[in-house]
Amino acid sequence: MSVKILYFAGLKEALGLPGETVELPAGVATVGGLRDWLVGQGRDKLATAKNLRCAVNQDMAKLDATIKDGDEIAFFPPVTGG
Amino acid sequence: MKYIRIQTDAIDTGVELARLESLPGGAVASFTGLVRDDNGVVALELEHFPGMTEAALADLADTACARWPLLGVVLIHRVGPMRLGERIVLVGTASQHRAAALEACAFLIDRLKTDAPFWKRAHFANGQSGWVEAKESDDQAAAIWDK
Repeated sequence: MSVKILYFAGLKEALGLPGETVELPAGVATVGGLRDWLVGQGRDKLATAKNLRCAVNQDMAKLDATIKDGDEIAFFPPVTGG
Repeated sequence: MKYIRIQTDAIDTGVELARLESLPGGAVASFTGLVRDDNGVVALELEHFPGMTEAALADLADTACARWPLLGVVLIHRVGPMRLGERIVLVGTASQHRAAALEACAFLIDRLKTDAPFWKRAHFANGQSGWVEAKESDDQAAAIWDK
């Protein structure tokens, strides 16, 4: 399946890209699985980021949230607005 | 009435609060967040997640309206560059009486700080800059409203 990844703020800066569309191998079925797979693809910063947060289709999600073909998954640091 | 906006322009508090004062209630409460001189900060740059930001703020407004008898909610957040002393965010609530307006206003800013996807980058007088780190005290303040 294919998913769209977005990165924000310090994570975007550390990775040097705002996002990417990736084709996932069978077996990657959760946000956590996706993160581990991306780390394996060289996105090391996703493994070391403190309190990494994520959203699936613009809803805050936990690492055990399931993902499906066509989803938009965002990874970002804890928010600091207001 | 729910009025939610993300904007790069400066926030005109008088104009925005007038939206709430024109409603038939007897109480309007508001919170304004300003760029503060933390360790020599001279400017901030606010990044957000377009789309999700608006949805998160709309969710917060809906939750507040379900919990308190509100006549109106105004949520305005600035993004992009802003200088020391400028307004970052304005939260306003209108109700018949002060208690609901004040409580809902506190709820909205506490939850906005943990639930809405904004990130601050601080620029310092010495030319350096860096991302602002989230505070644990913000999580604690937001959690008070879980009860």
